[in-house]
Amino acid sequence: MKPFDFQRPDDLGTAHDAARDGATFVGGGTNLIDLMKLEIMSPDTLVDISRLGLDAIQAHGHGLHIGASVTNSDLAADMRVRQDYPVLSRALLAGASGQLRNKATTGGNLLQRTRCPYFYDKDTACNKRSPGSGCAALGGELRNHAVLGTSEHCIALHPSDMAVALRMLDALVEIEDTEGDRREVALDDLYRLPGDRPDLETTLAPGDLITGVILPAPMVGRQLYRKVRDRASYAFALVSVAATLRMEDGKIAATALAFGGIGTRPWRDPEVETLLIGETPSTALFDKAGEVLMKGATLHEGLAFKETLTKRVLSATLKELTQ
Amino acid sequence: MKTTLTVNGNHHSLDLDPRVTLLDALRDHLHLTGSKKGCDHGQCGACTVIVDGRRINACLSLAVMHDGDDVTTVEGLSIDGRSDLQSNFVKHDGMQCGFCTPGQLCSATAVMDEIANGWPSHVSQDLEGPYELTRDELSERMSGNLCRCSCYPGINAAILETAEQETDHVEAAE
Repeated sequence: MKPFDFQRPDDLGTAHDAARDGATFVGGGTNLIDLMKLEIMSPDTLVDISRLGLDAIQAHGHGLHIGASVTNSDLAADMRVRQDYPVLSRALLAGASGQLRNKATTGGNLLQRTRCPYFYDKDTACNKRSPGSGCAALGGELRNHAVLGTSEHCIALHPSDMAVALRMLDALVEIEDTEGDRREVALDDLYRLPGDRPDLETTLAPGDLITGVILPAPMVGRQLYRKVRDRASYAFALVSVAATLRMEDGKIAATALAFGGIGTRPWRDPEVETLLIGETPSTALFDKAGEVLMKGATLHEGLAFKETLTKRVLSATLKELTQ
Repeated sequence: MKTTLTVNGNHHSLDLDPRVTLLDALRDHLHLTGSKKGCDHGQCGACTVIVDGRRINACLSLAVMHDGDDVTTVEGLSIDGRSDLQSNFVKHDGMQCGFCTPGQLCSATAVMDEIANGWPSHVSQDLEGPYELTRDELSERMSGNLCRCSCYPGINAAILETAEQETDHVEAAE
């Protein structure tokens, strides 16, 4: 690990001052410390944001405000989340291990880096790690890689389960800039697609601090998080889906769907939802939804299974929610 | 950087390079070598310690991030003699090489608290609890602790027997 200065301020102003000078924030550190050990990330100054009072879950209109430092464990166990946003509890509990969830934070989970093995292997080319160096994943061994939102420069997957549930729930990310001005952005406006600059993963400006996540009022309907992975626990998703669905008079009255394990960011396709709403559930309808979802997929060698698996996971999820 | 830690009830004031992980501070600076460095990347759980009541991977945390925190390592589980959990690990042969055992012990100690506090898991049928430490719940909740000797049958038996003993104690007290 390269040397760095460390600060643990107890007010936001001091954190902003450090950020203005180019500091990097650390939440739980479960991904960042690892990346620093590997010298894939080497901040000159590290600012611990765990003492800024960003660790509360509070009512916010008809929804909830989740502080950026709330741990994944506390968020999953919060009774309001369990009752009103069970899909979020389920997504969190499906991710990582008990030890990691105790340390990992809401803001940090959103900003965790991809688990593409080539990103972590400094002996290989990676446009995300070293812009312009190429992509060793293309033509390499592929499994935990994206098939949607990819580019010829990068097919790295966004690994979060939590963010998939948040995307489905239309959560907003609350960001404070170095002047202390706050703004709220949707997840699709936080995450960039890789394009020709996969190193630029978010729209955050230097020094921006995620201070919280805002959940809108809970959607009416049944919620579900289904995750398929290579082992039963403690593994990233091959495919996952976060879903809310409400039936009325035998037809799908409303639904929201977001996907993990397939996109370069938590994936949502409004066309799929439009296709389903107002229709009578059937296997043919679910298959059609899968076709629409996967129509833009780029299936590099080794990833063809994701098309089949995603369609089946979607179909099984919709079947369960419409029964 | 000045950092104070309370470890197994003892107060320590350390002056640390910010790069020192909590695990290295415990092992190399406080000479508490019970906590083990397995993968050093948060994947194996051998370094699991309990910080302010929560189990974490000590390898993925900087010691300076824990200024003022209360840490329990495997050495702290037996301050008043071998804990029931430790005795049950011996009884059920819950180890072979023993390298993962300190992490297993700290993790299992915290798992029993998590169950008592009504925390759900991925395999819980409902999200509102309460929960019992069934074999499925145990496998899920302990999935962050790997045992390369694959002593899982003994580890599981030891934890399940300890959980039963604790339930009996609570019922006897009532």
